Amino acid sequence: MSGKKNSSQISKLETGITGFDFVAGGGLPKGRTTLLAGTAGSAKTVFAAEFIAQGIRKAKENGVFVTFEESPADICRNMKGLGWDIERWVAEGKFAFVDASPDIGSQPVTAGDWDFGALVARIEHAVNKVNAKRVAMDSLGAIFTQFDDGARVRHELFRVASALKNMNVTSILTAERIHEYGEIARFGVEEFVADNVIILRNALEHEKRRRTLEILKFRGCSHQKGEYPFTILPGTGIVVIPLSAMELQQKSSNIRITSGNVELDKMCGGGFFRDSIILVSGATGNGKTLMATEFIAGGVKNGERCLLLAFEESREQLIRNATGWGFDYEQMEKEGKLKFVCEYPETAGLEDHLIKIRAEIDEFKPNRLVVDSLSALERVSSIKGFREFVIGLTSFIKHGEVAGLFTATTPTLMGGTSITETHISTITDSIILLRYVEMYGEMRRGLTVLKMRGSRHDKDIREYTIDGTGMHIGKPFRDITGIISGSPTRIQQGELGRISELFEEEKVGV
Amino acid sequence: METKISLRLYVTGHTPNSERAIANMQSICKNELEGRYDLIIIDVLERPQLAEDEKILATPTLIKALPPPLARVIGDLSNTEKVLLGLSMTDLTQEHKKQGGHRK
Repeated sequence: MSGKKNSSQISKLETGITGFDFVAGGGLPKGRTTLLAGTAGSAKTVFAAEFIAQGIRKAKENGVFVTFEESPADICRNMKGLGWDIERWVAEGKFAFVDASPDIGSQPVTAGDWDFGALVARIEHAVNKVNAKRVAMDSLGAIFTQFDDGARVRHELFRVASALKNMNVTSILTAERIHEYGEIARFGVEEFVADNVIILRNALEHEKRRRTLEILKFRGCSHQKGEYPFTILPGTGIVVIPLSAMELQQKSSNIRITSGNVELDKMCGGGFFRDSIILVSGATGNGKTLMATEFIAGGVKNGERCLLLAFEESREQLIRNATGWGFDYEQMEKEGKLKFVCEYPETAGLEDHLIKIRAEIDEFKPNRLVVDSLSALERVSSIKGFREFVIGLTSFIKHGEVAGLFTATTPTLMGGTSITETHISTITDSIILLRYVEMYGEMRRGLTVLKMRGSRHDKDIREYTIDGTGMHIGKPFRDITGIISGSPTRIQQGELGRISELFEEEKVGV
Repeated sequence: METKISLRLYVTGHTPNSERAIANMQSICKNELEGRYDLIIIDVLERPQLAEDEKILATPTLIKALPPPLARVIGDLSNTEKVLLGLSMTDLTQEHKKQGGHRK
């Protein structure tokens, strides 16, 4: 990671929030105030509380939490679910609350000029009490509901912000937004903390909520641009996924591994590369899962560990299928060489799936990873979210030198590309197409290696059959065109020519 | 028998608002409350914990602790009518004024 590149006079404070520091180019600008704006439910309070919590947990920096909305007791209770025992920190003198939450039923009467002198004094007092390096204020919008005079509140908040600067603390102020894409914050509060602005979004895309974080500006500091998905995990907190910030610096190896099918290895010029991503695309029932199974069996045979992420079938179904092709999944599992993770894609958002998959990979440390199928995951996400998921997964497994085989389902039986394929084809190293070929009133199957980065490969479309011992790749289709486009036509030629071709198969080469 | 009015005025050092509030408070006490009060002036710069305990945000803040109900007034107390209204003591003082008027 390159967090420290091009650092100007303003140094950064590592927040300790997973993934955030990377996106932020090292952390929040030190000694400054950052505005954190978001709509209702966009995790502003969690972010603000985690900023303090991670300071205590990871950096031994104490913090002050100024709450204008929820009571300290509520915050303690809510954050317990994320694994932070704030009450204990308060008792240990590491965490201090400044309780500015509204009292129900006592709306004060205003009689003349006032200022936020008491608030500043209280924050200062709390900062000194615990020797705080971090301050979070949540949320500014709630102050405006406590006082009638908006212009004065704004003016006074400006004083609070400048007082924070003098206290030598790094602070976060949260503010409400009304629209996901629109003005930065309500009540025009961004005007006085305009140096640094982070926006949290919780947009509804295709009936799914998708959380993203965007650093709008860090005045005088570098940071990554654009929206980054994040999720909130119990026990961990916020996890920002720095997808497009990932660097293409994976090592590339020339070591070949077997696909589990001798003939396919030959077509690929000796097998797949060890840390490559292979996409197997085909219509339903075309042998994608079989190819994945052979890939796993081939790995296990060489003593490799395989992780199978199944989003369409249960463990029992997978074992039954494999048995039908002559592979004993149960035995492999018993030997600890194979691990199944079976889940419906709908159980979680893609970000959560990605984090879960990462955790599985970290734990199991597989040599091979199979995702069956990617298309199933695609249906629970937007195009952008899906692409980011694949990039995230790809980059992660490449770093771990894991070979990945993903399957994708094409919508039509004959030919055509899958949506999955068009979205991620540039990310994958190899693409294998499985196609139905209609010939003489019979459904036959054809296979071709469409792309294989860094290697010579067979350009033929080969016929294959499936039986109780797996996949058998045979001869190329010679007198048929249009297999890939989905409309196979037989090349008109003399019957004699066709017969002679049976003896001289390499004559009509490509 | 009258209960004394217990008042606490929270200010921040010697800012103009604080100075004005103290002056205004003293004049209100003299003119409207006539000795029926206990007034404590608290400087939150010196005693921030007291401001924390009472959840004081804005200064100056005047709190009437007794008699119930608890009432809060913020500002430099330049608007006497509003102060009395905020302390819900308008009836009380008017009554008292009438009596005072008779005495004169």
